[in-house]
Amino acid sequence: MEWFNALLADNRIFTPNTIAFYWEGLVTTTQLVFLSLLVGLVLAVPLAIGRSSRHRWISLPIYVYTYVFRGTPLLIQLYIIYYGVVFFDGIQETFLWPMLREAFYPALIAFTLNTAAYTTEIFRGAIKATSRGEIEAARAYGMSPGLTMRRIILPSAFRRALPAYGNEVIFMLHASAIASVVTLMDLTGAARFVYARFYAPFEAFLFAAAIYLCLTFAILFFFRWLEKRLLAHLRPQSG
Amino acid sequence: MADTPIPLEVRNIKKRFGDTEVLKGLSLQARKGDVITLIGASGSGKSTFLRCMNLLEQPDDGDLIVHGEAVQFKQTRHGREPADWKQVVRMRAKLSMVFQSFNLWAHMTLLENVIEAPIHVLGKPKKEAIEQGRALLERVGLTARADAYPAQMSGGQQQRGAIARALAMDPEVMLFDEPTSALDPELVGEVLKVMHGLADEGRTMVVVTHEMGFARDVSSQVIYLHQGLAEEAGPPQDVLVNPTSPRLKQFLAPKY
Repeated sequence: MEWFNALLADNRIFTPNTIAFYWEGLVTTTQLVFLSLLVGLVLAVPLAIGRSSRHRWISLPIYVYTYVFRGTPLLIQLYIIYYGVVFFDGIQETFLWPMLREAFYPALIAFTLNTAAYTTEIFRGAIKATSRGEIEAARAYGMSPGLTMRRIILPSAFRRALPAYGNEVIFMLHASAIASVVTLMDLTGAARFVYARFYAPFEAFLFAAAIYLCLTFAILFFFRWLEKRLLAHLRPQSG
Repeated sequence: MADTPIPLEVRNIKKRFGDTEVLKGLSLQARKGDVITLIGASGSGKSTFLRCMNLLEQPDDGDLIVHGEAVQFKQTRHGREPADWKQVVRMRAKLSMVFQSFNLWAHMTLLENVIEAPIHVLGKPKKEAIEQGRALLERVGLTARADAYPAQMSGGQQQRGAIARALAMDPEVMLFDEPTSALDPELVGEVLKVMHGLADEGRTMVVVTHEMGFARDVSSQVIYLHQGLAEEAGPPQDVLVNPTSPRLKQFLAPKY
């Protein structure tokens, strides 16, 4: 405990000022990750259905999209969108420009497209793994293809995809650290700022790491709770 | 009696998979209260025949008449297909099927399985469906398992649950595709007992089975299939007790 008290005693780094910096970084990171995951999820559901389609002209373009976004580094995607968007003729005159000029929206677009690609593939695998017999039972009981998708295939696939999707959420949280390279003041950006000002790499980055750890634990517990609720049918009965 | 339409009639059904012709022209007429059992060696086409009756397989030729309504077909690039899928949905809702491997929806509890199609296909009010569902579960002896998931139940319980799910559709005809073949021997009895009860109350049933005792006791008609043709058909005392064709005699002879 002595070293801890000593640490606190000559602490010049974690002033209310820097704590506020970290707080803003945390808010930015949370917004960025939450929004990109949310939009990515909404995009991924129809994309995964299309990706599972028997018609090649539906599934192939989606496959090309997921292949490109899973096959290239997220950092490169971020660079292309952040630096590349300005080269579209006339974009500076549109209402989009005030948004795209900020680092936040290009980062949001890059992260959304990236997570949508991964999530599409996770869901597609889960859709493909739906038991043939259960689909056949749905058909035999007069369900249309749309109703079968909505009532049988998707609810069963979402549950199966849950553990893999939980990993994707954690992955996105950690991947969001690279947003700081395009000047975004996220949690990592705040840590970099504190490091640069005090030249205290351990304090600055370990503090950020601790916050990431807490966020990861929160996500883990959330998914564990979800799995407990939604995957009850996969657990054998106890007793 | 005479003016109620026949629940299910199939005429001259033909089906081929690639080069093999598995059904070479099969017909069947299930009048109200009939229990028709299809027997035969594996590969004789009996399951395919049953699956053609609710169009899980598309027959290449032949007629299908459900409750007096003939299913319309059209020729497409991919072969013969129903002309109107709405009609297919309507006729499937009148024929409910019980599968060899149960095929209960794994992410739903037993009660949810039973009320799913009545609510979403027949448009029944939820409250009514639940009431009916509970009554049906009681009838197949599964009141205590209403909130269990299929994976938590024994095979026999799952199959009785699947029968409750089939009954919840108030079907004209129930189709059974080898309902006891995936069960441990000691669980076969509980399922057959439920089916026996259904036959006694006058349900119209078409059953593919290997249970000769069941076929003998409850059938009004037994059809013996061999290589896609009905080799012998008639009341069980004729077909099962006094078979005429040598092949059926051999099929019925004790195997060990």
